[in-house]
Amino acid sequence: MYSRKVIQKFEETLNNPQAHNVGRMDAKAKNVGTGMVGAPACGDVMRLQIEVNDKDVITDCKFKTYGCGSAIASSQQMIEMLIGKTLDEAKNIKDREIAELLELPSIKIHCSVLAEDSIKKAIADYESKKA
Amino acid sequence: MKSNLVYFDYASTTPVDKRVAEKMHECLLLDGNFGNPASRSHEFGWKADEAVEKARLHVANLVKADSREIVWTSGATESDNLAIKGAARFYKDRGKHIITSKIEHKAVLDPCRQLEREGFEITYLDPDENGVISLDNIKKHVKDSTILLSIMHINNELGAVNDIEEIGKFTRENNIIFHVDAAQSTGKLPIDLSKLDVDLMSFSGHKTYGPKGIGALYVSRKPRIRLEALIHGGGHERGFRSGTLPTHQIVGMGEAFRIAADEMEKDNHNIAQLADLFWKEVSDIEEIYLNGSFENKIPNITNISFAYIEGESLIMALKDVAVSSGSACTSASLEPSYVLRALGRADELAHSSIRFSFGRFTTEKEVKMVAETTKRVVRQLRELSPLWDMYKDGVDLEKVEWVTH
Repeated sequence: MYSRKVIQKFEETLNNPQAHNVGRMDAKAKNVGTGMVGAPACGDVMRLQIEVNDKDVITDCKFKTYGCGSAIASSQQMIEMLIGKTLDEAKNIKDREIAELLELPSIKIHCSVLAEDSIKKAIADYESKKA
Repeated sequence: MKSNLVYFDYASTTPVDKRVAEKMHECLLLDGNFGNPASRSHEFGWKADEAVEKARLHVANLVKADSREIVWTSGATESDNLAIKGAARFYKDRGKHIITSKIEHKAVLDPCRQLEREGFEITYLDPDENGVISLDNIKKHVKDSTILLSIMHINNELGAVNDIEEIGKFTRENNIIFHVDAAQSTGKLPIDLSKLDVDLMSFSGHKTYGPKGIGALYVSRKPRIRLEALIHGGGHERGFRSGTLPTHQIVGMGEAFRIAADEMEKDNHNIAQLADLFWKEVSDIEEIYLNGSFENKIPNITNISFAYIEGESLIMALKDVAVSSGSACTSASLEPSYVLRALGRADELAHSSIRFSFGRFTTEKEVKMVAETTKRVVRQLRELSPLWDMYKDGVDLEKVEWVTH
C-alpha cells in the first residue's frame, strides 16, 4: 500500500533524523513559527517549525511527527519544499502537490492535508509574533 | 520469500506442518486418494470416505468429542456463521435475545449484526481491562428470551482466556445454547468437550498448522443441538453443511490436529520460554504496556502498546518482521483496534499496539533478533515523535487542545 517514495523518505528520516530536519527550535524565538496539527486520537500529530529571516524567506525547518509512514514521509516532503521559499510562496503549497509527489493512496490523503495545515499554522504563528 | 524475514504472526495464520502437507499430497492425484467421499458405489469413494472419517476422529480426539459431533466447514468463519445464525434461526420461537461480547472476532460480530437485521436483539458485553468476559457480567444481561451466548475461548488479539467451564455450567442450567469460537485454542489449551457444557464450538485448520479453507463445527449430541443449515444441496454432513467434502483439506486438518494432540505439551513449553525471553528483552523499553494479563493469557500472543508511537509506522520500521497491528482483518483500515478500544485503552495506546505471536517454528535466535530490532526502532520513532517530546517535558497530553481535522 506504500509507494517506493514513501518508504524511501520514511527510512531516510528514521535512520538519519538529524540530516533530515528532525528536531525542534525555540518556540519562543521571534524568528520562529510553530504549527502543531492533528491529535493522538486520530493517530497523527505533526509539529512543524520554521525559521524566517528578515526578507520573509524560510531559512530552516524542523519537524517531529507522530503518525504512520505516510505522515512521516509527508512531513519530510514538506520540509524539502519549504526551505528557501518566501512565506507567500509557502502559503501556496497545496496538499495535492505533496500527495502527488509521494503517490499517496486515497486513504492516506489526510497525511498531506495535515502537512499543508501545519505550514499554515506555522506561518500564522510567525506572523502573529511579528505583528 | 526473503530469507531474512521473520514470521511473528502465528495468530493470523500458521505455515502448514510438513507432515500435514505430505498427507494432503496423497489425496490429489490419479494414483492417490482423490475420490469423492460421497461416492458409495466404488472403491475410490470408500477410500476417500475412510480418510475423511479418520480425520474426523483426529479432530474429535483433540477436543474429546464424539466424531459424530464434528461437522466439516470451510473454516472458523463459516463455523461461527453456522453456529450463530443456524441456532438463532432454529430456536427463534423460544426467544430472540442473544448475548456476545464486543471483542469477538468479526466472524461472530458480523453474523450477529445480520441477525439484528432479522429482528433479533443482541447484547454486546464489555470485557474487563484484561479482555476477559466475566460470568457476573453475563448473568446481569440474561433475560427470559435469551437463547444463545457466543463467547470466544481465546481472544485473537490479546490471547486472553475466558473461563468456558464456569460459563458453560451457567448456560446449561439456564437452558441457553453456548457457542464458543475456539479458532485460537486448538493445540494451545487442552479442551475436553466430554466435560465442558459447551453446545457449539468452532475450529480452524490453518491456525494449528493445517491448511486454510477448512474448519469444523462441534455440534453437541447430548443435549442434542439443532441448527438451520446455511448451505443446501446434497445433504452432506447430516444436512448441516452440503457440498462435496474436500478430502485433501480434511485430511490435512485431521493430521494437523493429530500432531497437535501429540505435541501440544512440547510446543507450549517451548513457546512459553520464548515468550518469557521476548518480554524480558523488550520490557526495559520505557512506557510500554502489555495488553491483557500474564496471569490469564496464552504465551503464544504478546500484545504490546508502545506509547507515543503510531502502530503503522512501527510495523513499517520493523520491516523484516511480520507482525500485525490489531487483527489482520482490520489492519487495512485506519481505525485503531476495536478490541483495545473495548478494554478502555487511551487512543494513543490503542493506536500503538503490536501483536507479536509465536509458534511451533519460532527460534530463540529470532526472538532475540526481533527484540533487538524492536528496541532500536522504538527509540528511533520516539525521536521523531512530538508526543514523546511532550511526555518528556512533562506535558499532560489529556489537557492539550488538539487541532483535529
